[in-house]
Amino acid sequence: MTEIIVVTSGKGGVGKTTTSASMACGLARRGKRVAVIDFDIGLRNLDLIMGCERRVVYDFVNVINGDCTLKQALIKDKRLETLHVLAASQTRDKDALTEDGVRRVLDELIADAFDYIICDSPAGIEKGAHLAMYFADRAVVVVNPEISSVRDSDRILGLLASKTHRSANGNGGVKEHLLLTRYNPRRVANGEMLSVEDVKEILGLDVIGVVPESPDVLAASNAGVPVILSDTSDAAAAYQDAVARLLGEELPLRFLDEPKRGFFARMFGG
Amino acid sequence: MGLLSLFRSKPNSASIAKERLRIIVAQERGGRGGPDYLPLLRRELLQVIHKYVNVDPEAVQINLEREAGHEVLELSVALPQKPPG
Ligand SMILES: Nc1ncnc2c1ncn2[C@@H]1O[C@H](COP(=O)(O)OP(=O)(O)O)[C@@H](O)[C@H]1O
Ligand SMILES: [Mg+2]
Repeated sequence: MTEIIVVTSGKGGVGKTTTSASMACGLARRGKRVAVIDFDIGLRNLDLIMGCERRVVYDFVNVINGDCTLKQALIKDKRLETLHVLAASQTRDKDALTEDGVRRVLDELIADAFDYIICDSPAGIEKGAHLAMYFADRAVVVVNPEISSVRDSDRILGLLASKTHRSANGNGGVKEHLLLTRYNPRRVANGEMLSVEDVKEILGLDVIGVVPESPDVLAASNAGVPVILSDTSDAAAAYQDAVARLLGEELPLRFLDEPKRGFFARMFGG
Repeated sequence: MGLLSLFRSKPNSASIAKERLRIIVAQERGGRGGPDYLPLLRRELLQVIHKYVNVDPEAVQINLEREAGHEVLELSVALPQKPPG
């Protein structure tokens, strides 16, 4: 059984691509066969985060247009044998993705017995974002603890509930999860940032992961190695936990409190 | 939280954000699944009301209430206070 997971958010720059890359790696590390697809047509990015940009020959739109086979376009990850990347096209033609084309590619991956297909959604609520979520079984809604990100996420939840294949066909709807990222426990403690509990309460969703704001994410993208593979990083551990929860394991949330500081800093620090 | 922050009584901006989100999310969820003309209706009603009283857009609330078997469109306008005297 293949499960299609969309990583979506509404707002741009919140961490969808970072999350798609890390979740895909995490699942592959656990032996799952994974294909991760960049739906951000015109703004290809996933290949850079995955570190395979120089190996892109054919892309998603090429497959849809029949310029090549899906096999030719799928890039096999060099680190994880069961992981495959399908790059977005750099075309400016926004109509390059069609519902029928996307369906054909997903069907072929399903027939090829992939365990997971991760769809990295573009920002916004236009066609690309719509098609990324349309065939999903599950959604990971990426949100930053910030007012506009939370509001946009709620709009996306509205679309997941009404404008998807599952919602239209009464298949029980898309299973939704919240992934909070760029979380800064110190600012939450100071009352400057919405807490996990706040966001959970407003959106009424279960939380699959909380990823702290971390300099390791930039370092990882510089190197083209998804952050989940940076073994000593808190962000990596948080993504590993999220993958475990996705697979049904029950784990307590971590990294919600600020790291312990010395006595003096605690008494007089801000 | 350090000792010094106990003496700083600036408003907690996260709780302001939370309150604003609670309201806007409830409002937007309320409009969802309702008729598409709702936002336009709200805008035109505002224009009409404006011809008579100068109210803030925030003072006009339009809610679609769903009850068993029927829907009620609820309009509430908070009129500005009359100046004293
Ligand atoms: N946990 C994090 N800590 C610090 N920076 C992050 C974190 N997650 C994402 N970022 C940064 O945020 C920016 C946007 O991330 P990206 O995954 O490309 O977002 P999106 O795909 O939603 O546009 C990038 O510069 C990325 O390095
Ligand atoms: Mg992206």
